[in-house]
Amino acid sequence: MRVGVVTFPGSLDDRDAARAVRLAGGEPVALWHADADLHGVDAVILPGGFSYGDYLRAGAISRFAPVTGSIVEAARGGLPVLGICNGFQILTEAHLLPGSMIKNDHRRFVCREQQLRVERTDTAWTNEYAEGEVITVPLKNQDGQYVADERTLDELEGEGRVVVRYVGANPNGSWRDIAGVSNERGNVVGLMPHPEHAVEPGFGPDGAKGPRSGTDGLRFFTSVLKSLVG
Amino acid sequence: MGRVVVDVMPKPEILDPQGKAVASALPRLGFDQFSGVRQGKRFELEVDGPVTEEILAAARAAGEQVLSNPVIEDVVAVYEEQD
Repeated sequence: MRVGVVTFPGSLDDRDAARAVRLAGGEPVALWHADADLHGVDAVILPGGFSYGDYLRAGAISRFAPVTGSIVEAARGGLPVLGICNGFQILTEAHLLPGSMIKNDHRRFVCREQQLRVERTDTAWTNEYAEGEVITVPLKNQDGQYVADERTLDELEGEGRVVVRYVGANPNGSWRDIAGVSNERGNVVGLMPHPEHAVEPGFGPDGAKGPRSGTDGLRFFTSVLKSLVG
Repeated sequence: MGRVVVDVMPKPEILDPQGKAVASALPRLGFDQFSGVRQGKRFELEVDGPVTEEILAAARAAGEQVLSNPVIEDVVAVYEEQD
């Protein structure tokens, strides 16, 4: 299974995302922002970072990159797409996911290990989790406060499209503690925290098996491989 | 050469963290007259010729589609700047 990982000018976590794909058993394929060709990949990850320096708004300029046009079209046809952090911001700017992200309510950059509750498990990216399962992955952002109008928030919750929610302290003021959402079909998922940083023992958050042993993020990547096989 | 100004502000119902930071800094410098601050963006779009109705319409469209995100921001003004 070939999973594309896009590099925009200013992407930071593209290599970590590619590494997560490899550790999950897939083949990462590097995609370039200026190249509209998706090279026949079976799924796409938009990684974290500060694409185009967050100019205008986080994710706003990346929406107009040639590769993004191809991804939006393919996503409407069912291609699994995961947006992490800045990738989530790009997906909202591209109107593939509702809502938007503004600056953290406390106005500071936040970097911490964050607990999340997985609430939707029939998506292409979360089918290997149990509903209600609490996982720990790193979170690091500046513009991480998820906002949407009340009607949209009600709709998301009513349709069960909140994929992950912050547990414990809300790290950035996100409305209704929302950390990640999906489209109706479940092939497009975006989230602020970073599952790709919790995929390998020795390099993840502290876990049950000791310091840095946490690999709770890995199943985002095994999930998509499973959804492609099934 | 003409110039069109597009003003974009965060929606009233959206908390404006930057405006709040500015609001809390003002009194520290003795500006205690202001009870609130909201911070927006001003875009200046330049054209080679005169600013026509078509140019203004295009600026309004660009304001809605690119310069603002309607989920969190409003285009509050689009106008020609006179030198």
